[in-house]
Amino acid sequence: MSLDKIGIAKRIAQELKDGYYVNLGIGIPTLVANFVPENIEVVLQSENGLLGIGPFPEKGNADPDLINAGKQTVTTIPGSSFFDSSLSFAMIRGGHVDLTVLGAFEVSDKGDISSWKIPGKMVKGMGGAMDLVAAAKNIIVATTHTDRHGQPKLKTSCDLPLTGVNCVKKIVSDLAVIEVTDKGFKLLERAPGVSVEEILEKTGAPVIVEGDIPEMKL
Amino acid sequence: MNKVVKNAKEAIKGMQDGQTFMLGGFGLCGIPENTINALVESGLTNLTCISNNAGVDNFGLGLLLKKHQIKKMISSYVGENKEFERQLLSGELDVDLIPQGTLAERLRAGGAGIPAFYVPAGYGTEVGEGKESREFNGKMHLLEYGLTADFAVVKAWKGDAMGNLIYRETANNFNQPMAMAGKITIAEVEILVPIGELNPNEIHTPGIFVQRIFQGVDYEKRIEFETVRE
Repeated sequence: MSLDKIGIAKRIAQELKDGYYVNLGIGIPTLVANFVPENIEVVLQSENGLLGIGPFPEKGNADPDLINAGKQTVTTIPGSSFFDSSLSFAMIRGGHVDLTVLGAFEVSDKGDISSWKIPGKMVKGMGGAMDLVAAAKNIIVATTHTDRHGQPKLKTSCDLPLTGVNCVKKIVSDLAVIEVTDKGFKLLERAPGVSVEEILEKTGAPVIVEGDIPEMKL
Repeated sequence: MNKVVKNAKEAIKGMQDGQTFMLGGFGLCGIPENTINALVESGLTNLTCISNNAGVDNFGLGLLLKKHQIKKMISSYVGENKEFERQLLSGELDVDLIPQGTLAERLRAGGAGIPAFYVPAGYGTEVGEGKESREFNGKMHLLEYGLTADFAVVKAWKGDAMGNLIYRETANNFNQPMAMAGKITIAEVEILVPIGELNPNEIHTPGIFVQRIFQGVDYEKRIEFETVRE
């Protein structure tokens, strides 16, 4: 069975390592914060100027001056800090953030990503995504394997305007964990009960499959 | 030294049709509400506005967009404003979308007297079209230019008559770099304190960057997405 959003977030949380500074994008990536393993410590960076994002506030305690990059009210953890946008992107551009997790419309098997514009239909703007993908040491994309019409989002090349080139390292979808290698997509894990055949069928590019592909452990 | 003006209306004195102004804030967090209202009332038109976002349909910068006072926006994200998206897609509004970190650095550089610099963001995308590029340490970068404006309008938590400013929590965001980049920088503050009361160790924007300051009133501080623990 394919994973829901929570499942994708849970699987991505397994990629976190002790001591990581992590930037989580809007949507599914934000959910990853709920599943940080208990035995490790990670600090979440929000590009609007916060290092050390805490949980959402208790009802009645929301502070309009304290939001995340998705404009949701948040809290801080002990040891957090505030700063302006240029310093925030100095952290990102300077390579001080260990991992970036973000959503995508399309990802190519070269690691290109599209996420900010559908010409003639929708323009959200790139926000901080272009800065993040151009600079982060490690980028994981959280996405559904196919779009609303069942078309593959993982392809040989992106048709929509690009956010960045040759930057995505790993994709965690509702069906699979896929690594972006020099030779293209490589299947690492499949969602519980999902067959290799289904993954290959729903991926718009060749996928390297070596040996038995284990199921994700959630 | 006393840079205090009475209110927002007085603060925007001298601003003319067709000028460029910057507006601090991220979403609705840390936006100069008083000055936005004064700009709406002023009826100034043909303005170029540099702001990370564009407010929402009925609050913040959205109010200026609705009245078609802005001819060009320079922003990184328009997601939460339907009217902005509509004007963009219909071509009524000229929009320059630039990566958020590049925008922040262009403001900082503009205020710091740095005419241009290289960043990796946007290389290989349409943002990089027509821009000079160069390889550093095996990675391609784009040449980006410092940004300044006729007016920068920022919102701070506390300030004094010398123009020293302290921001609160994530309401700092674009206010601090923009404060540096205005030919005339207007600061509206929630709390205007007597000179000497702010701790010099805690000042984010030294007064040298600010030309006009006033005590704001009736802050609504609207929350875009109130999210609470379940």
